[in-house]
Amino acid sequence: MNFAESFRIALRALNANKARSILTMLGVVIGVAAVILLVGIGTGVQDEITGQVEGLGSNLLFIVPGQYGGGMGGDQAPPSRRFTLEDSDLLARRVPGVDAVVPVLQAGSTVKRGNRSVRVVVAAANEQGGEVFSGTLAGGRGYRKSEVQAAARVVAIGSTVRDTLFPGQDPVGKTVTLEGQRFMVVGYYESMGGGLAGDQDSQVYIPVTTAQRVFNLNYINTIVVKANDPARIEVVKADLRRVLTPRYGEEFTVFTQEQTLGLLSDLLGTLTYMLAGIAGISLLVGGIGIMNIMLVSVSERTREIGIRKAVGARTYDILSQFVIEAVGLSVLGGIIGISIGWGGAALMAKFTPVPTNVTPWAVATAFFFAAGVGVFFGVYPAWKASQLDPIVALRYE
Amino acid sequence: MPEVPGAEPRIVLETRDVGKQYKLDGVEVNALRGVSIAIHSGEMVSIMGPSGSGKSTLMHIVGLLDRPTTGQVILEGDDISNLSPNQLAELRNKYIGFVFQSFNLLARTSAQANVELPLVYAGVSGTDRARRATDALERVGLGNRMGHFSSQLSGGQQQRVAIARALVNNPSIVLADEPTGNLDSRSGIEVMAMLQDLNAQGITVVLVTHDDRIARHAERVIRVFDGRVQAEEIVQNRVLAAQELAALPAEEVAG
Repeated sequence: MNFAESFRIALRALNANKARSILTMLGVVIGVAAVILLVGIGTGVQDEITGQVEGLGSNLLFIVPGQYGGGMGGDQAPPSRRFTLEDSDLLARRVPGVDAVVPVLQAGSTVKRGNRSVRVVVAAANEQGGEVFSGTLAGGRGYRKSEVQAAARVVAIGSTVRDTLFPGQDPVGKTVTLEGQRFMVVGYYESMGGGLAGDQDSQVYIPVTTAQRVFNLNYINTIVVKANDPARIEVVKADLRRVLTPRYGEEFTVFTQEQTLGLLSDLLGTLTYMLAGIAGISLLVGGIGIMNIMLVSVSERTREIGIRKAVGARTYDILSQFVIEAVGLSVLGGIIGISIGWGGAALMAKFTPVPTNVTPWAVATAFFFAAGVGVFFGVYPAWKASQLDPIVALRYE
Repeated sequence: MPEVPGAEPRIVLETRDVGKQYKLDGVEVNALRGVSIAIHSGEMVSIMGPSGSGKSTLMHIVGLLDRPTTGQVILEGDDISNLSPNQLAELRNKYIGFVFQSFNLLARTSAQANVELPLVYAGVSGTDRARRATDALERVGLGNRMGHFSSQLSGGQQQRVAIARALVNNPSIVLADEPTGNLDSRSGIEVMAMLQDLNAQGITVVLVTHDDRIARHAERVIRVFDGRVQAEEIVQNRVLAAQELAALPAEEVAG
């Protein structure tokens, strides 16, 4: 007997017990759907976050004070050796192949207008800040070079700040109060949603010179450098080190975008695997369900097995018939589970803020895992069936 | 088939001093203690004995469902005493057709598919299979019931499907184990008439029964008792089922 015959017999048997076949399949359907959906969410979140980081440009370098052994830098720098505006000016003059050198100072504060107020993160930079901060102006403009040089009290505000202080109004040209000083609003940004760097909609952008004066500081937190060619980023990195080493020795660290991304991907990848593992457990439970039903099916069909053996079925014929039945159940369940998981992920991406991304890799893995579950959990009952003695099987009531 | 005087009929299957022991709940059972019988081509022979006589064990060995512990089984001239279960399965498929007391048809399966079953395991292609199954069903008078499931057929019809299944691969022996045991008397007579008719067409039939009257449908009876052949005799006054059938009231003729 050939494979096609075994296949036909198995399909007929599954068809004869429709309700039971469907219920057995359900375990695999749910398992596969869970794997697809959860891995889809994991991948989607990973893509979105790395996308946000990449959106800043893959040619960015971040210089922070202090030594970091490859970990991501916080902003708790050693107090003695912070960077100053001099350092960023020096880098801008001495390092070739860069589009922008942006000194960044960040501080928490409160912005007021009349009796309304809102907590904000003040992100202060120079006129090139737009090159390194993501965000799109919804109206007005960013601050200019002249305003940076003059330490002018101008501010561009995020969408949350605008919605709170200027509900339904155009904020451009109006004034707000920050650290007791009056600032003129020159522009406002579109909403970007929550991101890696915290709630960017609650930020306000002011010139770094103004920030140093208002907060009474003489240092900056970070220097962000944008290379004009992503391919030459390692050269720029070496140049930055060459310029800064005489001043700071080893007490500074240059991160490339790639390093930051690598760390993030590792972290999020682990998260995705964890989700897949949890979903995989339900697939395993589904597999045990298949084995259970196949064992019941074998003892229920003992007589059928006896008849088949009496008329000439060999061990292999019975074995393949039952294995194909189990694999058929799990493969069909896998296909349905993939459709449900995929559809669920698509609906989720459309109707909830959770991003999802179902990759062909995840689909293929789930499918072959489901088929593997069928083989693994189907072989034992099938082997049991194939070993039945035809005399005993025929006498079985 | 009547014996032709002077011509020795070919032996299809022969057992030579066959013994069978097996353990049942830890107790050694001597089911057969040296049985030597021969089945000749074209004959109709009964193996008869009460329950516990070893008749069923002998049937399993003649039907190639079991192997003897001692002695030899010769099928079509070849010693098959030591073949593996898979090799025996192939020989059963080719040489033996079974008719069981409880029909043993596959449930939720059409008459045609049931009859095709031995051909499936013989590796016969789909169209050829369908043609041969149709022929076999027509031969037992069920050409109009091919699509019916077993549950839609009467007991007598089910047994006729089983006979068609036994015939479909042109076996050397049709082995009928209490073929009338689960049937009403009329259907039983019909089935016996059919077996006698097939025998008259040249098919070798081995009938296994505990019932003396059923056994006397054959030309020859082998009486088994206590694991041995007690007697072998030629049947005088053979029961002819066709005559009995003719004597029955006509209105009950089953379809």
